[in-house]
Amino acid sequence: MEEKAILDIRDLHVWFRVYEGVSRVLDGVSLYVRGGEHVGLVGETGCGKTVAMKTAMGILRSPPALFPQGQVLLAGRDVLKAAPIELLRMKGKTISMIFQDPLSALNPVFTVGQQIIDVIRFGHRWIRDDGALTKTKVRGIAMEALTSVQLPDPERILSLYPLELSGGMRQRVLIAMALVNRPRLLIADEPGSALDVTIQAQILSLLKSLVKEAGIAVLLITHDLGVVRETVERVYIMYAGRVVEEGRTVEIFDDPKHPYTQGLLSSVPRLTGEALAEGIPGTLSDYTEAPSGCRFHPRCPQAMEKCTQQKPPMVKVSTKQHVACYLYHGGGG
Amino acid sequence: MSEPVLKVENLVKYFPVRSGLLHKIVAHVKAVDKVSFDVQKGEIFGLIGESGSGKSTVAKTIVQIYNPTSGMIYFKGQNLSKLTKQTIGRFRREVQMVFQDPKSSLNPRRSVMSILEDPLIIHGIGKSRVERKRIIHTLLGQVEMPSHYMYKYPSALSGGERQRIAIARALAVNPSFLVLDEPTSALDVSVQAKLINLFLRLKKELALSYLFITHNLSLVRTIAARAGVMYLGKIYELGTMEMLFGHPVHPYTKTLIAATPVVSKEEERVKPREMSKEGEIPSPVNPPSGCAFHPRCSIAESRCSQELPSPVKVGPGHLVWCHRAEELAVRAEELVVLE
Amino acid sequence: MSTRASHHQVTTGLNETRWMIIKDRLGRGWYKFRRNPISLVGGVMVLLCVFLAIFAPYVTPYPKHAGAFTDFQNAFQAPSKSHWFGTDALGGDVFTRIIFGSRISLMLTAVVLGISVPVGVFLGLISGYMGGKTETVIMRVTDVFLSLPALVMALAICAAFTPSIDKAMLAVASIWWTWHCRLVNGITRSIKTEEFVQASKVLGASPLRIIFKDILPNCASPVIVKITLDAGFVILVGAGLSFLGLGAQPPAEDLGTMISFGAKYLPERWWMTVFPSLAIFFIILGFNLLGDGLRDVLAVEEGV
Repeated sequence: MEEKAILDIRDLHVWFRVYEGVSRVLDGVSLYVRGGEHVGLVGETGCGKTVAMKTAMGILRSPPALFPQGQVLLAGRDVLKAAPIELLRMKGKTISMIFQDPLSALNPVFTVGQQIIDVIRFGHRWIRDDGALTKTKVRGIAMEALTSVQLPDPERILSLYPLELSGGMRQRVLIAMALVNRPRLLIADEPGSALDVTIQAQILSLLKSLVKEAGIAVLLITHDLGVVRETVERVYIMYAGRVVEEGRTVEIFDDPKHPYTQGLLSSVPRLTGEALAEGIPGTLSDYTEAPSGCRFHPRCPQAMEKCTQQKPPMVKVSTKQHVACYLYHGGGG
Repeated sequence: MSEPVLKVENLVKYFPVRSGLLHKIVAHVKAVDKVSFDVQKGEIFGLIGESGSGKSTVAKTIVQIYNPTSGMIYFKGQNLSKLTKQTIGRFRREVQMVFQDPKSSLNPRRSVMSILEDPLIIHGIGKSRVERKRIIHTLLGQVEMPSHYMYKYPSALSGGERQRIAIARALAVNPSFLVLDEPTSALDVSVQAKLINLFLRLKKELALSYLFITHNLSLVRTIAARAGVMYLGKIYELGTMEMLFGHPVHPYTKTLIAATPVVSKEEERVKPREMSKEGEIPSPVNPPSGCAFHPRCSIAESRCSQELPSPVKVGPGHLVWCHRAEELAVRAEELVVLE
Repeated sequence: MSTRASHHQVTTGLNETRWMIIKDRLGRGWYKFRRNPISLVGGVMVLLCVFLAIFAPYVTPYPKHAGAFTDFQNAFQAPSKSHWFGTDALGGDVFTRIIFGSRISLMLTAVVLGISVPVGVFLGLISGYMGGKTETVIMRVTDVFLSLPALVMALAICAAFTPSIDKAMLAVASIWWTWHCRLVNGITRSIKTEEFVQASKVLGASPLRIIFKDILPNCASPVIVKITLDAGFVILVGAGLSFLGLGAQPPAEDLGTMISFGAKYLPERWWMTVFPSLAIFFIILGFNLLGDGLRDVLAVEEGV
C-alpha cells in the first residue's frame, strides 16, 4: 500500500468458474509500482502473473472472472469498479503494455505507420488535448516515437509491414506504440523471451534507458531470473497466486529468504558451470484444489505444521525485504 | 582419441526459395554451410547458436528428416548417405530425437499409450499388446511418470510432462545416441532443472551420448563436455567448456557470453567484454560475405568481408574460425597470466 | 510376491484410473457442449427426428397411411384433431406420411454420406500427403466437381437414368465426396509439417502409418462437424431432386416428393406443402445447431 503509486494492487483475489469447480487463481496479491521505478515480477508458468496483469489492464472482465476481494488502483482509481469509458481513458494514458511475441501483437496486414498512427489517433480522441491533429503532426509524432526506441531510419520503417522487420525491430515498434501516448507505467510481459539473447540484451537496455531518461515506470514480468537481476531495482516473486517474497533485487539475489525463491535460484544453470540442483520437488497444484495454508507447503523442504493451516502473512525481514513464510515469523504464530 | 560415435564432415544444407507462377527457384536459404564436428562415445556435445544459426537444421539432417545437400555424416563409422531401406531401420533404433516444443511434438489426438506404442510396433518390440503395455509401464517409470498416464492425452499434461513423454518415446527403441533440440527451452527454470537431471541420469544408466542443441549458454556450460558455436550456418568456435568459457576467442562467442543474463556476482566476473556493434542478425538467405559476423564485429578488417576464415588451433581441442584469431588468443592468454 | 500377482494388481489399478480418465474426458466434453444452449437444442431436435424416423411404425397415429394408401373419402381434409396436419390428395394422414417421408430422407442422407465421406477422406489424405502429381490430379478433379452446383450435377446424373431413389443417392454421393476431399486435403497439408509427424518419421514410421495414425485422427473432428452440417444440405439436395420428380418416387414419397405433389393445390390446401417444408426446415436446423455445438466440443484444447 503506497501513496503516489501508479499501479497499486491490494489483496487481489481472482477466481474463475471451470469444469472442475472454482479455480481460485489469485489469492491475495499485493504489489505496487511508483513513478519512475523499474520493478520486476517473477513467476513461473501458472503462477497467475498474467491474470494479475490482465486485471490491471482492465482486459479481464467478469464473467468469466470473479473478483471476490481486493482492489486494483490505477493512479488512484479502482479498475474493478470503473466504468468502461473510464477504463478506455486509462489505457494508453496511465498504463500501457507490451507482450511477449511481437509478431502476433502486430497486425500483419497493416504497415507499421498505419498501426502507430492508429494508436496516436486513439490517444488524441480519448486522452490528449494536442489541439488539431493534422496529418503532418501525426506523422511527426510517429517518427519521434520510432526514434525514441533507437530505430534507425524511422521514415522507411513507417512504410514497412511487420513481417518485413526482424524480431528485435518489431519489439521496438511495439514499445514505441505503447509509449506514444506517454503512459506513466509500461507493463512489459516477457519482452525478450521470443528474441535471441543478443537482441534481448539490446531491448532490455532500451527499457532501462527509457526508465532513466523518460521517467516512465516499467513493470517487467518474466520467469527469467537473470533478466530480472540485470534490469530492475525491486522484485516481486510470485507463486501459485500469491506474492511470496519481495524486496530490492540485490538483497533477494544475495540472500533469498523464501524456500521457493531459494529453490528457483538453485535451479538456474550457472555460467560458471556448477552442477544443477534437483529443482523444486512436486508440481504446481490445481487452483481448484489449492493447498490450504501456504500454497507452497507440499513442495517445501522446510514445511512445518503451521504452514498447512493458515496463509502466512508478509513479514519484514530487512528494511526493504518482505517474505510470506512462517520461517521468519519470529515469536507468536 | 577413439572413433567418434558421430562424425559430421562439411555438412551443407540449403533450402530452395521458390517464387512465381512456375515455382522457380530464386534463392537458397543457406541454413547449414559446411559444418564439421564429432561427438565421442558417452559425451554430451553442445551446439550453441541463436535463431538462423542452423543448429536445428543440423540436428534434423543428422536424424534424416532432411537429406544433406552435400557433406558426410558418419554414425559409428557408417556413412549415412549409404543407408538403404533395410539399414535405415537399424539406424533409427540407434539414433533418436527429442524436439523443442512440447506442444507440437506430441500428436494431440493420440493418447500417450498410442504415442509410445508406435515405436514398439514399428520395430517389432514386444510381441503382444500385453507385453507392449508392460514395456510402456517401464518406460514411464524411467521418465518418472506414473503408469496411468498412458491413458491421458497430451492436452491434459503440462509442458514438463509432455517432454518426459517425448523422452520416453525416444527411449522406446533403446537407442545409444540422442539428438536433443532445445528440449527445455520452452519450460520453466525449475522444470528445466528436473528434466536436465533426468537427462544426466538416463545418460549414465543407459550409456547414451547426446548432441545437445541450445541457445542457453549457461545450460551448455553446465552439462556439456565440448561445444561448437554456430552463426548463420557455420561453426566459428569449437572447444571444451574450459576453453570456450574460460578463454573465448571469437568476437561472436564473447558477445554471446556477455549478453547472457546471470544470477550471481561470480558469474558476472567470468563474463568477457562483448565485441559487437548494435545490429540485427542477418537472414540466412543472404548472409554477409566472408566471415558472416563481420557487419556486427567491432574489430572487423577488410579481409573479414572478403574471405572466409580458416580454422586456427588456439589450444588443445580449441578451434577458432577468425582472421584475427592468433592475436585474440594471445591477448586472452595474457589475461590468464595476469590473473 | 510373484510378478504375476503384482502385475495383476498394477493392471487392475490401471484399469480403474483408465476408467476415471475416460469419464473425465467425456464429462469435459459434455460440459462444453451443454454450455452452449443452442447446440443442446439442436442435439435434441436431431435426436427427436432420428427417434421418430426409426420408430415410425410405432409412433405415428396412422401407420397404415404410409406407402400405397388411398381413401378418397377423407382426402383434402384440413388440419384437425384427428389429423393434426390434415390429409393429402389420396386421403393419407399428412403427419404420418411426413414421419415416414423423413425416414426416407434421412436414409438417403446416411447412405450418401456413408459412401462419399470415406471416399473423400481417403482421397484427401492421399493427395495431401503425397503431394506432387498425385495431388494435382486428384485436386483438379475435385475442383471441377466443386465448381458445379450440387443440385445441377445430381440432376444431370439422375436424368440419365430412370428416376428412382437409389439413382438419386448415387448421384449425390458421386459429387459429395469432393467436399470432404478438399477439407481433408487442406488439413493433411498443414499437419504434414507438424513436429509430431517429423517425430514419427524419425521413429521410422511408414507413410501409410503416418497417414492413418497421425494425420487421420486430426481430421476426425472437422470431418464429423462437416458431416453434421452436411446432413442438412444433403437432405435439401435430395428433397430438391424428389421435388423435381427424380428422387423418391410415389408411393414411397419423401419430403420433397410430398411438397411437389402438394404444390398443385396451393394456396387453398396449404397444409400439404407447408408441413413437409417445415419438417425439412426442422431437420436441417437441428443438424446445423448440433454441428455448431460439436465444433466447440471437438476443438483441440490448447495447453491451459
